[in-house]
Amino acid sequence: MEHIRMPKVENVRLLDRFSSRRAVVGTLYLTATHVIFVENGSETRKETWVLHSQISSIEKQATTATGCPLLIRCKNFQVIQLVIPQERDCHDVYISLIRLARPVKYEELYCFSFNPKLDKEEREQGWKLVDLNEEYNRMGVPNNYWQISDVNRDYGVCDSYPTEVYVPKSATAHIIVGSSKFRSRRRFPALSYYCKGNNASICRSSQPLSGFSARCLEDEQMLQAIRKANPGSDFIYVVDTRPKLNAMANRAAGKGYENEDNYSNIKFQFIGIENIHVMRNSLQKMLEVCELKSPSMSDFLWGLENSGWLRHIKAIMDAGIFIAKAVAEEGVSVLVHCSDGWDRTAQVCSVASLLLDPYYRTMKGFMVLIEKDWVSFGHKFNHRYGNLDGDPKEISPVIDQFIECVWQLMEQFPCAFEFNERFLIHIQHHIYSCQFGNFLCNSQKERRELKIKERTYSLWAHLWKNRADYLNPLYRPDHSQTQGTLHPQIAPCNFLYKFWSGMYNRFEKGLHPRQSVTDYLMAVKEETQQLEEELEVLQERLANLQKSQSGNNKVKSKQQDQSKQFGLYTSNNSLANTPQEYSNDLKSFPSRSPSQGDEDSALILTQDNLKSSDPDLSANSDQESGVEDLSCRSPSGGGCLPSEDSGKDSDEAVFVAG
Amino acid sequence: LLRSSQPLSGPNRRRCREDEQLLGTILDEDERGFIIDTRSAQAAKQARMGGGGTEPKSSYPQWRRLHRGLERGRPLQESFIRLVEACSEASPGMDRWLGRLESSRWLSHVKAALSTACLAAQCLDREDAKVLVHGAEGTDTTLLVTALAQLILDPSCRSLEGFQELLEREWIEAGHPFQLRCARSASSHARGKQEAPLFLLFLDCVWQLSRQFPLSLEFGEQLLLTLFDNAYASAYGTFLCNNERERSLCKVKESTHSLWAWLNQPEEKQKYLNPLYSHNPLVIWPSVEPQSIQLWQGLFLRWIRPSQHLDEAWEEIQRLVKGN
Repeated sequence: MEHIRMPKVENVRLLDRFSSRRAVVGTLYLTATHVIFVENGSETRKETWVLHSQISSIEKQATTATGCPLLIRCKNFQVIQLVIPQERDCHDVYISLIRLARPVKYEELYCFSFNPKLDKEEREQGWKLVDLNEEYNRMGVPNNYWQISDVNRDYGVCDSYPTEVYVPKSATAHIIVGSSKFRSRRRFPALSYYCKGNNASICRSSQPLSGFSARCLEDEQMLQAIRKANPGSDFIYVVDTRPKLNAMANRAAGKGYENEDNYSNIKFQFIGIENIHVMRNSLQKMLEVCELKSPSMSDFLWGLENSGWLRHIKAIMDAGIFIAKAVAEEGVSVLVHCSDGWDRTAQVCSVASLLLDPYYRTMKGFMVLIEKDWVSFGHKFNHRYGNLDGDPKEISPVIDQFIECVWQLMEQFPCAFEFNERFLIHIQHHIYSCQFGNFLCNSQKERRELKIKERTYSLWAHLWKNRADYLNPLYRPDHSQTQGTLHPQIAPCNFLYKFWSGMYNRFEKGLHPRQSVTDYLMAVKEETQQLEEELEVLQERLANLQKSQSGNNKVKSKQQDQSKQFGLYTSNNSLANTPQEYSNDLKSFPSRSPSQGDEDSALILTQDNLKSSDPDLSANSDQESGVEDLSCRSPSGGGCLPSEDSGKDSDEAVFVAG
Repeated sequence: LLRSSQPLSGPNRRRCREDEQLLGTILDEDERGFIIDTRSAQAAKQARMGGGGTEPKSSYPQWRRLHRGLERGRPLQESFIRLVEACSEASPGMDRWLGRLESSRWLSHVKAALSTACLAAQCLDREDAKVLVHGAEGTDTTLLVTALAQLILDPSCRSLEGFQELLEREWIEAGHPFQLRCARSASSHARGKQEAPLFLLFLDCVWQLSRQFPLSLEFGEQLLLTLFDNAYASAYGTFLCNNERERSLCKVKESTHSLWAWLNQPEEKQKYLNPLYSHNPLVIWPSVEPQSIQLWQGLFLRWIRPSQHLDEAWEEIQRLVKGN
């Protein structure tokens, strides 16, 4: 609380990003964990809550006649524009937010004060929902070829690895330790995924410290052990997910990649995925495109191309496809690494696993996948997503890219996933929100030291409780798309990658389809189920009646009592949607679509359910059809249409005369 | 909502009393009307040299003129060709793909068409004003705008039957020259100066609407694809010739079968209905932001990308709804 200079400011305006006429006046509150804007309107008193952890950057803009503008950009891509009447107040809010958004101690984070009113046992149960030992057993290990090793039990060998790792049977503790000394950050090769069907496996590590010519017997033995653990193949692939140039440059620093001459029976492969700095810049450029006011189609497509974002997504996907193919079709084991083995390696291993194993396409399986390849293997959540204030050069949208890969796959294979887009968006939201303890710190070791499981709650339990909201109505466990390996088209396929407006324009409701097919089908499914149950009950009753009727002729069977008239799901057709500004001649009329009625942001929370509910549950309404047009859009004066003979043509009309 | 062709004011700014009277009677005493000219202001001015022109404010005092230049003719055809070429290119890098998509400008044309139709709809619905739409000939971009505006405004146009009636009224009877416009499709470069994919542009816009309002159109993508096919080559006489006069001269109604008759047969109809449809009595306002306008993969990548998984999804949707 000591960081809050101004806990409350009145007469603040919250601007709609695209139409300055739709500003709302209210009061701004700063609490220890949230920024809250409460509308002044008498009936609605709509509230907008933003977690400090979500704040990515704050920009104080030049004071104008109307006040001092403050722009808050969030890590979940929400952008909030406030105008504070007094410059001094604005400055105080600005300074407070700067500090609040950059906590220095873990204890400042929301997860340590968040209280969903569960008892201690429920909290524990929540953490036990995802059990990695169970998962490895499900895969089929330990077995004749793979064993569990506790060589890292005190994090003595590698402090960013978990205490329990799976290694080939022939990898002794000596080999493991030796190999770890030859790997960047001591991240020795360990099992990520084991394919029961053909014994092929995906292992992961970091780059070898080979420099130009260094060798390490134990490391070479480690790779041999991996090969031997798969009797069906006489070689393994070693996949370096970095561009060749980067990997070669690393050699000058004493690191590098595996030399095929030194390691027997490996086939080495580069699959160039750019590094975290390139990805950070790529996202930045793409977000700039999203912030353009009234962009033309050209602006948008050029912007998207220049950012290179989809190209990177495709690179990650291609790597995953390569590995999945190697395992499923060639039956060859793969060792994957990048530089430190915690970014690109995690992305690529989890994409490959998703393609290979339908279990990871179920809701539970997906949670397990993230626990396994991201949480347990030491992905640096704190550094990458800025739980605490740190080096801005460490920030990078690594897991965001993985989540987007999953979404791209969902678009190509609509029946193959048990969960829907909303599930992915909420997971991404909570990776940054720090409301739950799953994604704190940089490693299992740090989380244990902080006693995360005793002091915070698990996101997985929360999502699981609400799983009805996250189901994909098209998923059927017996459907052909849900069996076996997924085979995304490799080429030509550039056009298959779409811009994910549901994520990057998440809070701009006007941009998305106004009617949600998912919600409609879920309602249909539910109703069908209810009707079927009702039918069963009635049939039973009928059977009983017929039995008794045969004994008593006077009783009439009630077969005309058909199922009650269940109201069929009515898509919210009773609510109109609002037109956007379609005229973009005059500068004062931005042509963006207004956010729908009172759904300006997804974070709507009333005072009562502050502590127990999930702030973004209202994000469920992201996809509802249009909301009642409360305010007629035609203004009194100049009209929303330009005057006649408008001289300037809109961009699109400028065509090159033949 | 009215449509016409351009007034023939010519370089001397001729006037026509009857035309002014006609437009005058449409409006009440102090009512305003809007004229949406689908040519850019510059193009409209230049048209005067060729004998055409615009309605001057002095002669049509109650009407306000707005210009929304929509692409037509050869440039639109070139755009179409470039897009098809970009789609069929074997394996460009991702960035080249986006660049080529952009330089075809097809999506820009979709955006412009939808925006203009929305503008017309907005005038009618929000401003309670009457709207006259015309371009040059009144047979291309004019029909695009009026047909789309009706889809946006009027729920009865969104039923299968209503949509067919819309097509009959706003495209076929209104005299869109199908025979000239839909001769060779994307293989026509220099030949066929009259070739232009206006009807396809319309179908693309309808597809965009169906994507944004998946529950509000009674028909699905399959109908749009079938219409596209039949506009270019058909076993039926519905899209033959260029106008009603030609059809009557060729005795089309006596000697050919109607596409609608075939489509409306119960077994055929099933294929074209949208299982998610539920009558939406309101106006549907699409978003015309670039993020909201997507490439119509079902048409442009029809033979390039495997549709198996999407077909399965569609079947699953039908199964779910029918099961209910």
